[in-house]
Amino acid sequence: MNIHEYQAKEILTKFGVSIPRGGIAYSPENAKDRAAELGGEMWVVKAQIHSGARGKAGGIIICKSLQEVSDAANKLLGKTLVTHQTGPAGKTVQRIYIEEATDIKKEFYLGLVFDRSSESIMVVASSEGGMSVEEIAKEKPETLIRAKVEAAVGMQSFQAREIAFSLGIEAKAISRCAEAILGCYKAFSTSDATMVEINPLVLTGDDHILALDCKMSFDDNALYRIPNIAELRDKSQEDPKETYAADRGLNYISLDGDIGNIINGAGLAMASMDMIQLAGGQPANFLDVGGGATPEKFVKAFKLISGDPKVKVILINIFAGINRCDWVAQGIVDALDQLNIKQPLIIRLAGTNVNEGMKILKESKIDYIEASTLEEAANKAVKALADLG
Amino acid sequence: MAILIDEKSKIIIQGFTGKIGTFHAKEMMEYGTNVVGGVTPGKGGQTHLDKPVFNTVKEAVSETGAEASILFVPPAFAADSAMEAADAGIKTLVAITDGIPAHDMIKVKRYMRRYKNEDRMTMVGPNCAGVISPGKCMLGIMPGHIYKEGNVGVIGRSGTLGYEAAQQMKNLNIGISTSVGIGGDPINGSSFRDHLEKFEEDNNTKVILMIGEIGGPQEAEAASYAKANVSKPVIAYIAGLTAPKGKRMGHAGAIVSAFGESAAEKVEILKEAGITIAKNPSVIGDTVASILKNL
Repeated sequence: MNIHEYQAKEILTKFGVSIPRGGIAYSPENAKDRAAELGGEMWVVKAQIHSGARGKAGGIIICKSLQEVSDAANKLLGKTLVTHQTGPAGKTVQRIYIEEATDIKKEFYLGLVFDRSSESIMVVASSEGGMSVEEIAKEKPETLIRAKVEAAVGMQSFQAREIAFSLGIEAKAISRCAEAILGCYKAFSTSDATMVEINPLVLTGDDHILALDCKMSFDDNALYRIPNIAELRDKSQEDPKETYAADRGLNYISLDGDIGNIINGAGLAMASMDMIQLAGGQPANFLDVGGGATPEKFVKAFKLISGDPKVKVILINIFAGINRCDWVAQGIVDALDQLNIKQPLIIRLAGTNVNEGMKILKESKIDYIEASTLEEAANKAVKALADLG
Repeated sequence: MAILIDEKSKIIIQGFTGKIGTFHAKEMMEYGTNVVGGVTPGKGGQTHLDKPVFNTVKEAVSETGAEASILFVPPAFAADSAMEAADAGIKTLVAITDGIPAHDMIKVKRYMRRYKNEDRMTMVGPNCAGVISPGKCMLGIMPGHIYKEGNVGVIGRSGTLGYEAAQQMKNLNIGISTSVGIGGDPINGSSFRDHLEKFEEDNNTKVILMIGEIGGPQEAEAASYAKANVSKPVIAYIAGLTAPKGKRMGHAGAIVSAFGESAAEKVEILKEAGITIAKNPSVIGDTVASILKNL
């Protein structure tokens, strides 16, 4: 789960990381008031969407008067920003963050992620802040500093100091920088985060260290024990179909093709998508109905897929284990009885009691194309699509 | 021979008396698995499915001599149960549970390292279908009848895709020595590499099939390990050639976030290590057959 910049910053301050003063606003008047409260002569108006690279998309505006703040807010609120992280549909700005402008001496990059190889927490830092970490890795790989943290004992002060020195921070700001790094580690390790990214972390004109931007992501599996963070979920930043699916226990991802698919198991779903593409088609989605797919889940899955205007053909591939094929077939028949599906259906069942399952489908009123292998199912789906003209 | 479990393995079930534990315990016992008891804290002394229930894993191990365990414990308590098994001297633990927080799994992995190599538990999963040595022992939730006994070692991240492969092989009359589902999470109890090592040492395994997917460094690590240390032919299929970058494809671990983590990159890395690639999921069985024919 992702949260907004201003929410991530609020979490960081609880762990002793300094941030510029700022406030959230939902309207231009609101924004102007916030700026007036902050005082000073220069402000930054920042679009709050779940994405990095907002600056390049025009989502960050520097303002030199209260009128400019109001104009910037007016421009940003309701606007859809498209970045390389949002996908072509972009994300709509519904709140903006007004921050006092910072006197920046130097910008750094600081990120914390899981290192799946060493199964520890990895701190990545660079003296080239402001660029994305991908750009840094490509253009200035020699500036990247990596430090692994032993999860059992946590990050030690010396590790934070080593990173701070490697970044070239001046002696007088070293302990402030080390404190900021340690604070980010504590935020990561105590709140079930999967990512903390401060880009940039800045050294100010008066030698303070501030987190100027912040992105945080959290482990969906741990939301039950971080209720204060779970409630920050902003559904307006998610794909509405993906949210609909997630709320119903389905693993769904919207893609650009026209062959919809309903599959049990994530690996089999990915393999089926690959097969569709090899057969010359394009999958419209990834959908894993899970191991023990019940008739209720099939109804939800069919609703989701058949209601998608880009879906022209639906492929169902179920490998039944403990949930036998006859039971799965009955689930499909029951689901189709309740719905009016217009798209051609290709059904492939395999596994336990496959013959009984096929018999139930044959004896039902549903109109479908049968396939016995994965390859046949993909080929028939592509052919059914071509037959539609 | 097989790896991890065979007909002699004494098995206990953690979360024995729950609905899911009971259902799968019955399935495993029907398959012939030697279930010697189970653990449900607070229900020690009772009998369930004609087997004794214990309060702690330690007690179960000392009373029954169990060396393997399977975990059907809800996500919030699963890490604790896994560490309990490691401490009680369990040698093979299969964790079926889906949804264990990644921070908890890191703790479990660190905890397991407290024990000397020879005493250390091998954890399989979490978020997996389990382990099966066909005809001998089933420690999982898979449909046992689709697995034929034989000499192909299988390691896979996905449950149903593993079933697909087993079925294709059975249709071609190809059998399996042991099939290990390492699970779809970002932090696994054990990896492709760990089981490659075990299959290399197993006399009954002639070829090894890896079923990987997008995300994480595991397949690449396995490739370099296989190149240097595995003499047996290795075949691999990688799912997710069409998966978009940065999207999590169902499995918590199936997300492309760095170089070498996409399916296309993994295929290249595996090929360079001399591993035979099954080009698409419908030819996994055929690819294994063609390698077996040349042995």
